[in-house]
Amino acid sequence: MTSATATLPAPLAPAARRPWRKPSVLPGFGLALGFALLYLSLIVLIPLSATFLKSATLGWEVFWATVSAPRVLAALRLSFGASLLAGVLNAVFGLLVAWVLIRYRFPGRRVADAMVDLPFALPTAVAGIALTAVYAGNGWIGQYLEPLGIQVAFAPLGVVVALTFIGLPFVVRTVQPVLEDLEPELEEAAATLGANRLQTFRRVILPAVTPALLTGFTLAFARAVGEYGSVIFIAGNMPMVSEIAPLLIIIELEQYDYAGATSVAVMMLLISFALLLLINLLQWWSARRTGRL
Amino acid sequence: MSAATLPLPAPVATRSSATAEPRLVRWLLTGLALAFLGLFLLVPLFAVFTEALRKGFETYLAALVEPDALAAIQLTLLVAAIAVPANLVFGVAAAWAIAKFDFRGKSLLITLIDLPFAVSPVIAGLVYVLMFGAQGWFGPWLQAHDIKIVFAVPGIVLATMFVTVPFIARELIPLMQAQGTEEEEAARVLGASGWQMFWRVTLPNIKWGLLYGVILCNARAMGEFGAVSVVSGHVRGLTNTTPLHVEILYNEYNFAAAFAVASLLASLGLVTLVLKSLIEWKTRHELARAAALPGERPA
Repeated sequence: MTSATATLPAPLAPAARRPWRKPSVLPGFGLALGFALLYLSLIVLIPLSATFLKSATLGWEVFWATVSAPRVLAALRLSFGASLLAGVLNAVFGLLVAWVLIRYRFPGRRVADAMVDLPFALPTAVAGIALTAVYAGNGWIGQYLEPLGIQVAFAPLGVVVALTFIGLPFVVRTVQPVLEDLEPELEEAAATLGANRLQTFRRVILPAVTPALLTGFTLAFARAVGEYGSVIFIAGNMPMVSEIAPLLIIIELEQYDYAGATSVAVMMLLISFALLLLINLLQWWSARRTGRL
Repeated sequence: MSAATLPLPAPVATRSSATAEPRLVRWLLTGLALAFLGLFLLVPLFAVFTEALRKGFETYLAALVEPDALAAIQLTLLVAAIAVPANLVFGVAAAWAIAKFDFRGKSLLITLIDLPFAVSPVIAGLVYVLMFGAQGWFGPWLQAHDIKIVFAVPGIVLATMFVTVPFIARELIPLMQAQGTEEEEAARVLGASGWQMFWRVTLPNIKWGLLYGVILCNARAMGEFGAVSVVSGHVRGLTNTTPLHVEILYNEYNFAAAFAVASLLASLGLVTLVLKSLIEWKTRHELARAAALPGERPA
């Protein structure tokens, strides 16, 4: 996300050591930064690092024994797999929704646009019980899916549905501004050169929105991996089948197995951070390749 | 989420047919997008209210005024009343330092502010149990002094603060960066004190962005489930927030009551959406008016 600053011209300052901060006539820097750092440290940084410290005191064997247990592995696989699937679904449908909202005019467009943010505004527990009610075997939508042999609620598919719900706004809201700023000249040029709409989309529009699409996917994925409230109602929570990793942390905490809970949490954080790093690298690479850095 | 100022474009004049899709494709894509939004967003939202009223209005009302529900609502309001102002002060301070000054380590600080978005809410709760729980770092000391943080209200407040830290800062940082420092510098040159400059210049400039952040922060604070679930202890009438109360009712198969309380939270979500759209409309309006003023910008 910081790559935006890279388009600025190189700083004019000489090679001499840059001061820690540029002088300014505005007041309050010390107070504002001091308070922000203190608050962030107390609320987020210290508690979070304490968790990593705690896992370090467990010892490697305990940590490894916990995270390599079949039930934990199954939960991690489900959490990351379903999040990946939901992220991909959101990338596809998010792009479609953003495209339709920006490019087409139809009655109810503004309402549809506002509705996209519903997953941000609706508490996750409410989303969870609502999705369960809709997709259960006797629910509004579930009753039509069940005869087809598709079980959504109380099955791994339900996890994907809940995570797709949670992640939708991320993709739409990151792609929308990019689609809007896309210069029509590019598409006109493509049309002049004989490209049909599909070719224009694939060769001109898609490369332009890919970085934003990847960012939206990353945000949706990161949110989905940690999601708890909307999933536990619809998932059925069967060990080895439809039990997500965050739920496992809670179960272990309820059994006073602090070592186990910490190990799973640290493992989740490590995999998340590694994947986020990977996706950021990928994005940096794709931005460089298309000359947009 | 920084869509605060994202204006929907004015209806495009008819695009030339070379850069527009055939009508059939347009209809198909629009239909598909609306069907997706309908299935995933609208139907579940309707389901909440339908299920809530399934056993009649009397049952609905009874579920809301029952003492445990009232206590849960009260606790949710209390938690939001502490967490939102705390994050408001943090957001303004962080945005002031980041947007108006240049210093080393700025992008690291921005990344750290975003950190709670990358951490599972359940882990956000867990870190406080590991800090203040009976077996935590400060557990023995707290027990000796008879202070309860985890499985009590302070823990719920802390966990809520953790998950909502980025909301207001994230709205304000890009907004204040875009506004630059000229107006504040002018105020200083004209002799305004630091606080005068803040109240008269900075705050009026950021008020809509600030309100936008507060609304989103509040929605998350009142609706937070995972983090609060870990640190709450689930004592009915004492440490049960509204979302946790929904879970308890649901797990007791008291569906009508669960959905009744859930409909309250869903209404909060709808109010949030309406306010959000209003602010977006308002800022768009102001932007358009500013753009219509002639002679301000060089051609």
